[in-house]
Amino acid sequence: MQRFEKETGLVVPLDRLNVDTDAIIPKQFLKAVGRTGFGANLFDNWRYLDPGEPGQEVPRRPNPDFVLNKPRYRGASILLARGNFGCGSSREHAPWALLEYGIRAIVAPSFADIFYNNSLKNGLLPVVLPEAVVDRLFQAVEAEAGYSLTIDLRAQRVFANGEDIGGFAIDPFRKECLLNGLDDIGWTLAHEADIREYEVRRRREAPWLFAPEEARS
Amino acid sequence: MAKTLYEKLWDSHVVRELADGTCLIYIDRHLVHEVTSPQAFAGLRARGRRLWRADANLAVADHNVPTKDRALGISDPTSRLQIETLDRNCREFHVPLFAMDDVRQGIVHVMGPEQGATLPGMTIVCGDSHTSTHGAFGALAYGIGTSEVEQVMATQCLLQKRSRTMRVRLEGTLRSGVGAKDMALAVIGRLGTAGGTGYAIEFAGSAVRALSMEGRMTLCNMAIEAGARAGLVGVDDTTIAYLAGRPFAPSGALWDRAVADWRGYVSDAEAPFDREWDMSVDDLAPQVTFGTSPEMVVPIEGRVPDPAAEKDPARRDALAAALDYMDLRPGTAMTDVPVDVVFIGSCTNARIEDLRAAARVVDGRRVAPGVRRALVVPGSGLVKRAAEAEGLDRVFIAAGFEWREPGCSMCLAMNADRLESGERCASTSNRNFEGRQGQGGRTHLVSPQMAAAAAIAGHFVDVRRQS
Ligand code: SF4
Repeated sequence: MQRFEKETGLVVPLDRLNVDTDAIIPKQFLKAVGRTGFGANLFDNWRYLDPGEPGQEVPRRPNPDFVLNKPRYRGASILLARGNFGCGSSREHAPWALLEYGIRAIVAPSFADIFYNNSLKNGLLPVVLPEAVVDRLFQAVEAEAGYSLTIDLRAQRVFANGEDIGGFAIDPFRKECLLNGLDDIGWTLAHEADIREYEVRRRREAPWLFAPEEARS
Repeated sequence: MAKTLYEKLWDSHVVRELADGTCLIYIDRHLVHEVTSPQAFAGLRARGRRLWRADANLAVADHNVPTKDRALGISDPTSRLQIETLDRNCREFHVPLFAMDDVRQGIVHVMGPEQGATLPGMTIVCGDSHTSTHGAFGALAYGIGTSEVEQVMATQCLLQKRSRTMRVRLEGTLRSGVGAKDMALAVIGRLGTAGGTGYAIEFAGSAVRALSMEGRMTLCNMAIEAGARAGLVGVDDTTIAYLAGRPFAPSGALWDRAVADWRGYVSDAEAPFDREWDMSVDDLAPQVTFGTSPEMVVPIEGRVPDPAAEKDPARRDALAAALDYMDLRPGTAMTDVPVDVVFIGSCTNARIEDLRAAARVVDGRRVAPGVRRALVVPGSGLVKRAAEAEGLDRVFIAAGFEWREPGCSMCLAMNADRLESGERCASTSNRNFEGRQGQGGRTHLVSPQMAAAAAIAGHFVDVRRQS
C-alpha cells in the first residue's frame, strides 16, 4: 500500500451527488485480471465523447465539458466531491483508477461505506468535511484557478494557503496503517495464534461450520 | 444484557479487539466470483501465501457468463480470460468451484442460499456489494473489496469496526400484486440512498415475518442501495424450513444442534437500536423508479416529479440531470412511460418464486409489439431446472420472452446482454445508475410482476389493474 502523510495538490471539483462506482470505472473495464491500467478509463463515460471498450486502440475524443478535461485542473491530486461519493458496487477498481489517474485524496461531506474502506486499503485518503465547508470549497475552487489544498494526515487537518479549513476524523488504526503503508494481511498474520484459538473454540460450539467438505457433497 | 441480532453476530466473531474499537472478525464463509478475485489470487501467489481454510470458500462465475449458446464457449476474449483465470485459480488453491456447465452454477447470491452454504449465525463475505442478500438468514453478510478478498483468503479474518444498528419495522399485510421488491424500493425512497450508511439494517415486523425466504432475500439484497452494508432478518420457522435438506447444511444430529443454536439469532425484545422506524405496508402500491438512483422512486399511480419543486440545490441539480438522462418530463404519469426492453433476472429477483409471480402475469398473453426484447434469466441452473419442471419456460416463450441460461446478464451488462443507447428497460434488478445496463441505457426498477405487466402492456402499468 502507498504511504500517506501529507498531500498538497491542485483541487478538481466534481459537483454531483451520489457519484457511483459504475461512473468512476464502468463495468466493461472490470474484465481485466490485473491491478493496473484503470486510470485511463477513470470516469470513462463522462470523460470521452465516444464509448469505450477495454483494449481499444483508436484514439478517443475527450469531452471538453467534463471537469477533469479542463486545462486548469490538469495534474490535480485532490478531488472535491459531493455526498455519498462512491456508492454502488464493491469494486476496488474504483480507488485503483483514481490513484492511477493521480488522485491521492478525496474531500466530500460523506462517502459510501465500502468505497471508503477500499480507499483506505490502497492509500487513497477519503476526507469527510461538513457540508457547509465543502460548499465553500466548491465556491473557492470555482473562483480561483490553481486553488490547492494541503491535507495533513498526522494532524488530521486540511489547509488552504496556510489557512486551517478544518479537522477530519479517521480511525487511529487506519491512520497508523496509512502513515506506515502497512497492509492488513501482514498485521493479521502476526496474530495467527489468536485466530487458531478462536477456531478451536468455534469448532466446539458450532461444528457444522467446519464440517469437512467431502462429507457434505 | 439484551442484544440485537447484529450484536450477537458481531460478538460471536470477534477474534481480537483493538483499543480504537477496530476488531479482527472471523469469517465463516467466503463466496468468490470471477470479477473481484483475480487480483486477490495474484496477490497470494506473489507473496507465496496459501488459503487459510480452502473449505470456507465457494466459487462460481456469474458476472461475465453468456446466457445463450453456452456450448459454443465465450466469444468475448476478455470475459473468457477472466473466467478461465477463475477456473485456474480455484484449481491451484483448491477452492471448490461450480463451473459454467454445472447445474449448480448461478448468480453467487442465488447459489449460496440454494446450496445451504449460507447459514444462520455465519459471517459471510464476497467481493460484491449485494452480499447483503444473505442477511435474510440471520447471518452477518456484506460486500468487500479485492484487498479484503485477499485478506479473507489468507487469514480467514477482516479488520472492521462495528456498525450502528437500525431496525426498520414493516407492519401490515401486502395487497395482492405487491411484493418484497416494492417494500425494498419504498424503504429506499424514504431512507434515501445514503440513509443507511454506517448501519446494519434489521428488517422486522409482521410484513417481513410473512415473507418467504425469497422475499426476505430481495429485501436484504437492496439494503446496500440504502447505503447499509448489511441487511438482516431474524431466524424463524421459515428460515429453518428453507434450509432443511440443502447440500451444504448440516444433517442428522448436527442439524438438531444447529437448529437449536440458530433459533437464538434474533434480536432480544429489550435490545436498543441506534435508530428505529416503522412503515405500514397495508396501502403500499407497486413501485417504479424514474431516475438514476434507486431513491428516485414513485408508486405506479405517481408522476415524474418536478425538479423545480426541490428546495435543496444539489438535489435539484441531481434530479434535473437524472430526468435529462432518462428523457422524462416532469409531470408525466408513470403509466404513460413506454418500455423497449424487459429484463427479469438478477440476484434481486431471479429465484423460483419471482419467476412464478412473473409467469402468472404473462400466462396466456403476448409481449406488446413495441417491446423489442424481453428476457428471463433464471438466477441459477437449479432455478432454471425447477422452473422448467413447472412449465414456466413454456409460458414465457409462448408469450414472446427469451428463456436464457443463468447469470448476472443485463443487471450490469458485462456479457452480451445489454441495452442500446437510449433504450428504456423495465428491470427487476437493483441499480438504475447511468449506463448500468449498457451505455446510454435507461433503467426503471420494478418487481417481477410489474416487469411482466409492462412487457404485456408495452408501458408501465399497475399490475393490480391489468387482469
Ligand atoms: S445480479 Fe447484478 S447485482 Fe447481483 S451479483 Fe450479479 S451483477 Fe451484482
